Amino acid sequence: MNHQVVSVKVYAAVFCALLALTITTVAVSKLELGEFNFIAAMTIAVIKGTLVVMFFMDVRRATSMTKLFVGAGMFWLAILLVFLLSDYLSRGWRPSLRWL
Amino acid sequence: MADSEMTLASHEPELQHHFDDSGQQLESSTLGMWVFLVTEVMFFGGMFGGYTVYRNMYPEAFASTSHFMNVTIGAINTGVLIFSSFTMVLAVRSAQLGQKKALIAFLILTLILGCVFLGLKYVEYHEKWVDHHIPGPGFQYADSRYFHQAQILFFLYFAMTGMHAIHMIVGAGLLTTLIVMAARNRFSATWYTPVEMIGLYWHFVDIVWIFLFPLLYLIGHTR
Repeated sequence: MNHQVVSVKVYAAVFCALLALTITTVAVSKLELGEFNFIAAMTIAVIKGTLVVMFFMDVRRATSMTKLFVGAGMFWLAILLVFLLSDYLSRGWRPSLRWL
Repeated sequence: MADSEMTLASHEPELQHHFDDSGQQLESSTLGMWVFLVTEVMFFGGMFGGYTVYRNMYPEAFASTSHFMNVTIGAINTGVLIFSSFTMVLAVRSAQLGQKKALIAFLILTLILGCVFLGLKYVEYHEKWVDHHIPGPGFQYADSRYFHQAQILFFLYFAMTGMHAIHMIVGAGLLTTLIVMAARNRFSATWYTPVEMIGLYWHFVDIVWIFLFPLLYLIGHTR
């Protein structure tokens, strides 16, 4: 594992980006975008999460083995949510299917 | 005999004998920590899944409960937690550089920010208590149509933010341990693994909140 110390500038830039995205997500939630509100909120959350994982948790410089485990974790989470929702959302319990 | 004694004496005191070198030792710790964090992802993933199912079953009740979420406190807490992740990463950086004073200062700052988060969480929970929005026998709801469904959604709110808060409390305890260890000169530029591992945990708890905030506080107002 490469353990060269990262400069404070990089961390500060990530921190500013995270704050800017937080303000953006609150601002977007005030708009009436219908189904797009959910998509926008989740897209911003995924970007924020990725920034934290890659820079603060340093996965971008981690070993391939660690990256594989992180990726497997995300994949299993996707299995959990996709299979769970494909069951519930296809039962016709709700008259009109909405975005998650 | 002389050879093996020399090998034993030459490596860093923190290196455990079953590892080739300190790089391998740190890689093992990182991988192990990530395995634990993946189990945590699964744990919170189950709650996120349950929440999504109920929100889809009762969208009208969800929309009515979402008006009682305190977006201002939620947003401030998001900022506080992101700031605490920033100070945590600076603490790890100080440890890498062997700067003991900076390490302790950043760890204390992270701990204070964690406590600010929990303090604001208390204010929010208190609001819900005063409004009788705690699910159970004392529950009261303005819109009687959603009396039962709203309880499910408030229950999910308390379960998810509550589990997150418990993780924050555990994190605060771990940070306190790190501060004591750092003050006792347990860390050096060559060995600071606990700082880095607890840093990973702290960032993970931050990520959970990054997803909880939009899901619980932001979406749902407009429907």
